[in-house]
Amino acid sequence: MSELIVENLNLSFGGIKAINDVSFTVEAGDIYAIIGPNGAGKSTIFNAISRIYTPDSGSIRYRGQELLERAAHQVVDLGIARTFQNIELFEKATVLENLLVGRSSKIRTNWISEFFFTRNVRKEERVHRRKTEEVLDLLNMQQYRYERVSDLAYGARKNVELARALCAEPEILLLDEPASGLNPEETTDMSFWLKDIKEELGVTIVMVEHDMSLVGRIADRCMALANGAVLAVGSVAEVQSDPHVQAAYLGQVAA
Amino acid sequence: MQVIFRTSYDQDIDHLVDRGEKYRILAAIALALIAPLLVGSYLLSELAIFLVYILAGLGLMVLTGFSGQVSFGHAAFLGIGAYAHSIFLGYGIPFVVSLPMAGLLSGAIGAALGRAVSRMHGFYLAIATLAFAIVVETVIGEWEQVTGGHMGMQVPALSVFGLELGESWQQYYLILAVVIFFIWGVANLMRSPTGRAMVAVRDSEASARSLGLDTARTKILAFFISALITGVAGGLLAHLLFYLAPESFGVQDSLRLLLMIIVGGLGTITGAVFGAVFVTVLPNIIGVLKQILPDTVANAPGLEQLLFGAIIAGFIIFEPEGLYGRWRKLRLFFETYPYYKKSTFVRQKRYLKTERFR
Ligand SMILES: Nc1ncnc2c1ncn2[C@@H]1O[C@H](COP(=O)(O)OP(=O)(O)OP(=O)(O)O)[C@@H](O)[C@H]1O
Ligand SMILES: [Mg+2]
Repeated sequence: MSELIVENLNLSFGGIKAINDVSFTVEAGDIYAIIGPNGAGKSTIFNAISRIYTPDSGSIRYRGQELLERAAHQVVDLGIARTFQNIELFEKATVLENLLVGRSSKIRTNWISEFFFTRNVRKEERVHRRKTEEVLDLLNMQQYRYERVSDLAYGARKNVELARALCAEPEILLLDEPASGLNPEETTDMSFWLKDIKEELGVTIVMVEHDMSLVGRIADRCMALANGAVLAVGSVAEVQSDPHVQAAYLGQVAA
Repeated sequence: MQVIFRTSYDQDIDHLVDRGEKYRILAAIALALIAPLLVGSYLLSELAIFLVYILAGLGLMVLTGFSGQVSFGHAAFLGIGAYAHSIFLGYGIPFVVSLPMAGLLSGAIGAALGRAVSRMHGFYLAIATLAFAIVVETVIGEWEQVTGGHMGMQVPALSVFGLELGESWQQYYLILAVVIFFIWGVANLMRSPTGRAMVAVRDSEASARSLGLDTARTKILAFFISALITGVAGGLLAHLLFYLAPESFGVQDSLRLLLMIIVGGLGTITGAVFGAVFVTVLPNIIGVLKQILPDTVANAPGLEQLLFGAIIAGFIIFEPEGLYGRWRKLRLFFETYPYYKKSTFVRQKRYLKTERFR
């Protein structure tokens, strides 16, 4: 079944056309990689899906629901969670608190009962903490629980952001360069976790990634973009051998 | 140093799990409770004002410290609370109804302001809140039939359930109870989803939204709770001032509130308390300074504002964690001596935030 269907998406910033008539379809259970040189429009696609940017035209449907009819904070309710390329964590809060914010779409208490911290609020808090605990275990990061994010190294932050997205219990994850800035060991860990998330949690993953060896190892399908337009779609090997894709990357090297 | 081994989620949830912190807070409450036995009635009414400042600062802390929305006009809510409460009392509404009503009115006005500015940031927000405060001060001054205008307004006597509380120790205990109630409530909020939502909006709006938080709603709620608390503080302050005039709630008072939470330490409840200590002793320090300085400087207009501004700037540059942050470092120094590392508190390398969403 197709989960995410993007059709004829167009988006421009002033005069620059960042996305030019992009269409693609992500199947349930796949790891779908989006590759392309810098400025190709990869992150902009994510920002359009999560409604931070509003496209000029086109449609983005998730399980039959039109995302463009929703506000940014209503996207996660459908089961769509994401990470950001330049890490958007709550810096002054602890890792645990960050993960608990990941539970926001599941909150059922209101601020007045929270002010008095009623028994029900406590009960709910316990449930949320148990959920975050599962995620901490999955990603093997118990030791960071009470650390402030601002005290963490870059690699650990990347993991916290992934963990926070998982706390929303998503059915599809949008990961913007999950391995950038990670060292080789961290990248290997990341590739295992992404496989686990796909296989054990049954989560569909769409990821933007420059590391082609990581993409080759885990992606089921791949789309290459350049200058806001789709160059090729297919298996990773197909896309890598596509002459247009090679030209786009060579063009970048030459430039 | 105490290492806490947690064995249940409740230990994460409960207040004051750290034993040292628990004892310090209990000691502070005990001291506050016996204070009327220790000091005379003049000092006690000063202490009552100090408590009101804690409450007003707590209100601003919710907005600026926790939610990251700066307000340069929070004294307006102090004024709204003070006037509304006095006017309600004047109509014969009993204290226990009037004070919450004044708080709710202030909160509602705060929410309306929050709605109007929910898309503003930084500098624009500062200007908007400042303008709001000037408007409020002007309205209070002009609306003579209701507020008495610049002639001022007498505050009706304080009586609760028909019992007149004329003695300063009675008022002190009443105020203490209200302050502790709100500190407890805000501490509860901060261990709940609402408090975390505020922090999320402060630290990263983009990811807060992508995780399902309606950031505009969170900001409006922060404005509401903040204005409510500061409004209640204003209602209590009215009884300590006896006589209200619009000038008591001017720009300088707004600045003082901001100074308080920045110096005390943004983002912690303790910061509001430390800040209140600071602004309470500050006039004394300025008094001493004025004696030392040559006359022309000491009597120069605007000296206090200049000092306020300089202190705010100094703390933002050199100690963004405020006095409370200083104190935590000092404590860690003694707890871990001789192993204290300065680097524990040195912030990690910052990653570029300029290209945030790309
Ligand atoms: N907020 C914005 N305002 C103006 N232009 C933007 C904005 N965001 C992106 N762009 C432009 O849109 C184009 C696509 O940017 P995008 O961030 O999507 O690229 P990317 O494929 O993610 O690149 P990278 O690999 O460097 O992350 C670029 O030309 C970029 O300069
Ligand atoms: Mg990008």
